Amino acid sequence: MNFDNTKRAEETALLGGPIEPLHVLPPSVPLHVRLRRALKHHSLLAGVLIITIIIALVAAAPLLTSIQPGEQNPGETFLSPSAAHLFGTDAFGRDIFSRVLHGGRYTIVASLMVVLLGGIVGTALGIIAGYFGGVVGFVIMRFIDLLLAFPGILLALAAAAILGPGLTNGIISVSIVLVPVYARVVEGATVEARHLPYIEAATTVGVGAWSIIWHHVLPNIRSGIIVLTTSWLGIAALWIAALGFLGLGVQPPTAEWGSIINDGSIYITVAWWVAFFPGIFLMLFVVASNFIGDGLRDVLDPTLTSK
Amino acid sequence: MIIYVMKRLGGLVALLFAISVLVFMIIRLIPGDPALVILGTSGGDPATVARLRQQMGLDQPVVMQYLRWIGGVLTGDFGYSYGQQRSVLSLISANIVPTIQLTIAALILTLLFGVTIGVIAAVRRGTPFDTISMGFAITSMSIPSFWLGLVLIIVFAVLLPVFDVLGGPGIKGLVLPAVTLAMVETGFTARFVRSSVVEAERQKHVTVARAKGIPTRDVLFRHILRNATLPVLTVVGLQVGSLVAGTVIVETVFSRQGIGRLLVDAILGKDYLTVQAIVLLIAALYSVINFVVDMLYPVLDPRAARW
Repeated sequence: MNFDNTKRAEETALLGGPIEPLHVLPPSVPLHVRLRRALKHHSLLAGVLIITIIIALVAAAPLLTSIQPGEQNPGETFLSPSAAHLFGTDAFGRDIFSRVLHGGRYTIVASLMVVLLGGIVGTALGIIAGYFGGVVGFVIMRFIDLLLAFPGILLALAAAAILGPGLTNGIISVSIVLVPVYARVVEGATVEARHLPYIEAATTVGVGAWSIIWHHVLPNIRSGIIVLTTSWLGIAALWIAALGFLGLGVQPPTAEWGSIINDGSIYITVAWWVAFFPGIFLMLFVVASNFIGDGLRDVLDPTLTSK
Repeated sequence: MIIYVMKRLGGLVALLFAISVLVFMIIRLIPGDPALVILGTSGGDPATVARLRQQMGLDQPVVMQYLRWIGGVLTGDFGYSYGQQRSVLSLISANIVPTIQLTIAALILTLLFGVTIGVIAAVRRGTPFDTISMGFAITSMSIPSFWLGLVLIIVFAVLLPVFDVLGGPGIKGLVLPAVTLAMVETGFTARFVRSSVVEAERQKHVTVARAKGIPTRDVLFRHILRNATLPVLTVVGLQVGSLVAGTVIVETVFSRQGIGRLLVDAILGKDYLTVQAIVLLIAALYSVINFVVDMLYPVLDPRAARW
């Protein structure tokens, strides 16, 4: 029994994101060489710059605006952007600038949690399946194939339907989508790494499995996991915000980029700014994440330099 | 050849079975009595609960419950939506046509623009066209579709009222949702097509063809694009599933009737039988399409025929 039609997911895509095979990267390329290559990579630098600015703005939210994100002001509803309200106000007279900055904290932290949770579980499953193989590996990978048989957003929605709305449940739902992605990529890389001569040598000498995994396999697949994580961070943010937009993520009145866009969608023709500004922040965050992911792949993967 | 087809078919059946088990579990994973879960917010008197419990075979082992459920599904009986007061099947059939139209329209746009941009970018590698179109591709992959839909509504409802924005029945009402839905996949297709074409171009026979003096255009169409078709075909298969799943968001933004919006409303309204049916339907469709793509592979590329 082999779910052949999901096998090629390795070289193709889920909704929104590529699943590409990881190449085993020689840790021998010195850091300063990598750094020099990174500094010459313009889109990588642009990505780092954009994401640093966004995180700085969001982190410094209380310093940049004295208005609370939930503060209602019945006398100042639907004000268009001005010096007093940089991004305007919504139906409750709440300041959109403040809501976007404070709301970004939820979106960004949630997407970090998603790549952390999904990444750790997926990596663990991938390493176990790839290193030990056998029946356990087979069962794990067939389960991964099964998860990959659902389009990503559908899987997240099904999970959200079971778990119910809320930020924590949203994080878990999106993490579930990332687990098979990490597992499949890591499994492939682990199988490849296990056959490296020095790792085979370590096995022969009698080094324990977990020690080999920790000291030899992980360092080999680390760069690949970093690339995967940076690329999927943006997609995680998109899906967290999508759940927020659909009313399945963060619940009102808490501001989150997706939920602010949802607020704004109701009166989009009256007050475009409510939905517009959080979307710009979200898009820049995702673009930057994609730039960094692509850039790191170029820098870290020696097999791609010739292209 | 028959063995090859049978093997693949066996894989598909196994996968569909696994999907159905997972989807069957949706209602069982929600804490509480499955009958009460299905009745949901609509409550129901003890007599209804008892009847439903009997119908679902809740007094029997889970395996029997599954068989009862899957037997119904295979004969088109997805259960009764107590929230909507009608059968789930009639709900789906009332909503499926607009979703199919939207998906096909978006698929056409995706292929038209994604393939064209990808091929030109690959052929003119390193030119400003390449840089700009790949910049566009990464940006379009990063745009939240729910936000893009709203921006298009602002632009075309307020500034340039050309298209019917909300739920127009004809072609005019389809344009904006289709563009929104196609955007992410277009960027992804363009990138994928570009790398497939670059890959195909690097083959030795292409160099030979060029050395022989075959005109550039013939080399492109006969030797490069033909080889680049296969990986692209795989991606297209996956994209149909992603597009259908993407209608969840697009139909919500444009308040369009369809399966996607039905799913969101069902999740929010805790109408779990409808959720179950739609998730099953989309996942099954996704798997079947990938299977069809698999079957097309050897037809298009004799080298892939392993029978």
